Amino acid sequence: MSTATATAPSPTSAPVAQGKVTQLRVLNSEWIKLRTLRSTPITLLVAVAAEVGLGILVTYLRASHPRHGGVEHINGAELSLAMYRLAQLAVGVLGVLIISGEYTTGMIRASLSAVPKRLPVLWAKAAVYGAVLLVLMTIASLAAFYGGQAVLSSYGQAAHMSDPGVTRVVFGTALYLTVIGLLGVATGALIRNSAGAIAALFGVLLVLPGLADLLPATWVPNVVPYLPSKAGEALLNVVPDPSLMSPWNGFALFVGYAVVLLAAAAVLLKRRDA
Amino acid sequence: MIVASNLTKKYGEKTAVDDLSFTIKPGIVTGFLGPNGAGKSTTMRMIMGLDAPTSGSVTVNGRHYAEHPAPLHEVGALLEARAIHTGRSARNHLLALAATTGISARRVDEVIDLVGLRDVARKRAGGFSLGMGQRLGIASALLGDPATVILDEPVNGLDPEGILWIRNLLKGLAAEGRTVFVSSHLMSEMAVTAEHLIVVGRGKLIADTSVEEFTRSASRNVVRVRSPHADELRSLLLGPDVSVESVEPGTLEVTGLDSDRIGTVAAENSLTLFELAPQQASLEEAFMELTRDAVEYHASTTTAVAGEPVGAGRSTT
Repeated sequence: MSTATATAPSPTSAPVAQGKVTQLRVLNSEWIKLRTLRSTPITLLVAVAAEVGLGILVTYLRASHPRHGGVEHINGAELSLAMYRLAQLAVGVLGVLIISGEYTTGMIRASLSAVPKRLPVLWAKAAVYGAVLLVLMTIASLAAFYGGQAVLSSYGQAAHMSDPGVTRVVFGTALYLTVIGLLGVATGALIRNSAGAIAALFGVLLVLPGLADLLPATWVPNVVPYLPSKAGEALLNVVPDPSLMSPWNGFALFVGYAVVLLAAAAVLLKRRDA
Repeated sequence: MIVASNLTKKYGEKTAVDDLSFTIKPGIVTGFLGPNGAGKSTTMRMIMGLDAPTSGSVTVNGRHYAEHPAPLHEVGALLEARAIHTGRSARNHLLALAATTGISARRVDEVIDLVGLRDVARKRAGGFSLGMGQRLGIASALLGDPATVILDEPVNGLDPEGILWIRNLLKGLAAEGRTVFVSSHLMSEMAVTAEHLIVVGRGKLIADTSVEEFTRSASRNVVRVRSPHADELRSLLLGPDVSVESVEPGTLEVTGLDSDRIGTVAAENSLTLFELAPQQASLEEAFMELTRDAVEYHASTTTAVAGEPVGAGRSTT
């Protein structure tokens, strides 16, 4: 605060580019925003560490303590990637915070003053975070898979990329986690309050399927496979689960949920006072 | 140039801004004055397209704010000191805003120097004092070198040096031909900064006048006279447009004559004067008088000290 003096300074000496707001520039802005918050690397590190580190750990524990008197056949691909369940918490929470954090701090007013058309901000947030997740979660899934198989190979239980369904599950895990992140962004934009949005997101993803037991038994096959997380999980079984949708149909529905939520968020972002 | 026409904002039953019309001209500092809750911040948010008007409209340089292709170059605004993510550094905050319209990192560093935040530019904004937050807000307002600058209560939380700095900055911006629109609930601050005033109360326009005019109409032109010959003087002074009140024995309050005239009359009649003092209402008193009915939040004990508007200690409207 040393240069503030009583003399009126000239606010312009460097020429200021007369630039228009473009989607590409807003993408760059959101990329700066994402990487300049400490919570971003921390949360993403937690997600990767959970999927890879804990994934390899549980793989080792299962392989070294076989059930059924030591004759268990292990599904190596699914086991090594099982910790996506934990990683999705970190990824979903960060997705929510990317936008709800702007509302809770007041930053959103600066963001929407800079981009008064508003929608480019939402698209850019979703695109930047989606791209980061796709890259990072693909690396994490490959690392968890190969790390897990390295452990399993000494027990003669390793799965191979060329085995039927394995490639789909490995890359599907990355896709699933990316969509979880986008669902987080959409929920954050819709609810605008961090705690509320996180509760809503994981209430729907994790708690809702558990409530299926309360439904009449004949309803279950007509409801449960179509819940968002169940639709997404259809992609993550090496041998498709007959009680769920077929893998890619299920994933398409899962993406559909994200698209619908993002569209609803866009409508409300345009309509509501900031 | 900011033009508001019949601007109205309702929140449910409550009308925050009520049929407000005004024009803010370039080249001068225009003060936006009103008690807390008068609708100043809401009006400014509507100018910036953050809140949608219930009816009416407001344009900046002939267009709605959102229709400008390069909004940061058109209007720079400080709407509240805390429109900043607390986890991000001041410099990164400005870089992110600058990126939306292709403003260079050099310009970012320039505005950081301009507001005097160089030493803390890489620190998290969450640790900033209110005054530092204001300076960062002003830096983001000036980022795009805008033709119009809108600042909501910019002196809040600033130390005396900072207040002086803001005053000179605003005058400098106006002298460069920019439109400068500044809100405050402190008349005294506006009196030394602004040339023109928009006064609002309960969302309604109360006055749209020059500061000079406002000051002149505010002065009551009462002259206090103390004399041992008070009664004699009273009869000499009384006339068609002159009223004389006696507040206590030996003291008169004269309205309608200036002190020169009263002194001359006393001398011509060889009357001794102990005191001859023009009484001017302070601007703050005039402002309070003007907005008395429009104050949103009266203190429960309505014993506001003269010269200090009710609720002056509160932060924003």
